[in-house]
Amino acid sequence: MKSLEKDEKELEVLNIDSTLYKTRLSKKFKEKKPYKTPDHSIVSSFIPGTVLDVVVREGQDVKKGDTLIIVEAMKMKNHIKSAREGTVKKIYVKKNDKIAKGNTLLELNQI
Amino acid sequence: MVLKSKIKELHERRKKLLLGGGEQAIEKQKALGKRTARERIIALLDDKSFYEYDLFAEHEARDFDMEKKTLPSDGVIIGTGKIFGAPVAIYAQDFTVAGGSLGLMHSRKITKIMDHALKMRMPLIGINDSGGARIQEGVNSLAGYGEIFFRNTLSSGVIPQISVILGPCAGGAVYSPALTDFVFVVNKISKMFITGPEVIKTVLGEEISMEDLGGAKVHSEITGNAHFFAESEDECFEQVKELITYIPWNNSKKALRFDPAEPDSEYDIENIVPDDHTFPYDVKNVIRAVTDKSAFFEIMENYAKSIVIGFGRMDGQTTGFVANQSLEMAGVLDVDSCDKAARFIRYCDAFNIPLVTFVDVPGYLPGVDQEHAGVIRHGAKVLYAYSEATVPKITVILRKAYGGGYIAMGSRHLRSDFVFAWPVAEIAVMGPEGAANIIFRKEIMSSDDPDKMRKQKVEEYKKIFANPYVAASRGYIDAVIDPADTRRSIIHSLSVSENKSIQMPAKKHGIPPF
Repeated sequence: MKSLEKDEKELEVLNIDSTLYKTRLSKKFKEKKPYKTPDHSIVSSFIPGTVLDVVVREGQDVKKGDTLIIVEAMKMKNHIKSAREGTVKKIYVKKNDKIAKGNTLLELNQI
Repeated sequence: MVLKSKIKELHERRKKLLLGGGEQAIEKQKALGKRTARERIIALLDDKSFYEYDLFAEHEARDFDMEKKTLPSDGVIIGTGKIFGAPVAIYAQDFTVAGGSLGLMHSRKITKIMDHALKMRMPLIGINDSGGARIQEGVNSLAGYGEIFFRNTLSSGVIPQISVILGPCAGGAVYSPALTDFVFVVNKISKMFITGPEVIKTVLGEEISMEDLGGAKVHSEITGNAHFFAESEDECFEQVKELITYIPWNNSKKALRFDPAEPDSEYDIENIVPDDHTFPYDVKNVIRAVTDKSAFFEIMENYAKSIVIGFGRMDGQTTGFVANQSLEMAGVLDVDSCDKAARFIRYCDAFNIPLVTFVDVPGYLPGVDQEHAGVIRHGAKVLYAYSEATVPKITVILRKAYGGGYIAMGSRHLRSDFVFAWPVAEIAVMGPEGAANIIFRKEIMSSDDPDKMRKQKVEEYKKIFANPYVAASRGYIDAVIDPADTRRSIIHSLSVSENKSIQMPAKKHGIPPF
């Protein structure tokens, strides 16, 4: 029977209800991304594909629901729409760019 | 003599068919480190026990020039045999014949042996090695899959169903294994996925190898689809055989009783669990300290390791163990560990295997990811499974049992038959540190030395609640026991509950939080 040594190196600390437990942490736990509050001023691609058209220009005012960029993916034209009212601050992509999932497409001004 | 020539013809026909897809295809199979379907059956079953049916089966497909093709036995071998004398029904897909693809006749052979297994109430073993649906047969092959899934579901909880994945098993084909009780995979040989790497790349632009997408390791460590992982086909067959010794032939029987044996003296139950309740230990050593010969047959060893499940024998009788593993993630309950434990509890209940639960649980894992992944409904599965189980349920609280974790881990309140606690057990709503912070918040905040005050209050709380005697005084715990008496207490409980009988409310079936 293998017993654990007090100074076992692989043990880390896990806080459950203010108690600090010495234990091994799972890969899944260690690699999980910390939660971030969604930032609606950053518009990113929810799907990988090709930019078919950039409908707006920098400095343009947009309303909630306005189409900003059209991305072709899975043979479908996906209209990327604005989640809120605002002004287009910066556009990061141009027509025919290939984009990956999560790429930042454009930025609206902060409210 | 006409008869003699006819017998000769039979042998010649057989000889040709026994070669499956032919020598070239067999060579290819071997180059991949794989045995042929027939070799696999022979390796798995008791010597000379295999009896084959439908060797002469032929497909009736007529489209795409299929009428010109003969596919020996239509790419699947079915039959019955024995493992350690236990009857089993078995099928093995033959990859050397049209890639083991599933057409109508192929599926009819499988459903024939499934029907036999259910009718004769014997375990079913499926060896999967197939490229998927036989596209030339169109909707007929889809119909075939559906007929198999339906029978998997009917047989569930009646006969043990075992899937051995020894090759590709993709698309719809994966759902038969997913409906069975135990899935065995072999490193570098097993591949399971719904959509393959090529489709994923085309549609989503994500590049991934077959191994990283759905290899044996992925299913043993990440998805939880596989229960047993082996490095070779031989090791895999040994695991299947060992499993067969622990489970009954069907749900109206009990597992075969072995001769009772003492645990190995190397497992000293009094020196496994450390006094410091924040310091871990390997709970498998506690299990081994109580089981016959210290044998423990672990299931899903590499998935959701904060909970340990598996079979051992107590006084010769198969027993299912569920235990919090303080060595991994402090033994917390989370989405994956709840899923793992709940399904195992239901398996044991369906097949008359008594349950022993070792509790040392700090609570549930906090986190946005856990909440958003549905820890509420996954956690509820454990409550459901324990509450519903009518097999003898014995619980031993080794150290801590806090909050919802206490309730979930086979507590008295979910009708455990016998609940024991070690003298170091702490049964409380939460750990002393968290509880003191809430109860004595004002005193701690207003103190000149909050840290000192907190420590003092934690000690105060520990004295009152961090023991098993409050729970024992309410009858939630039947006995506080010396750790040295653990095995004796479990065996005694099992022996007096052998004729346990419970009438559950009449219903068609419950609606567990799947």
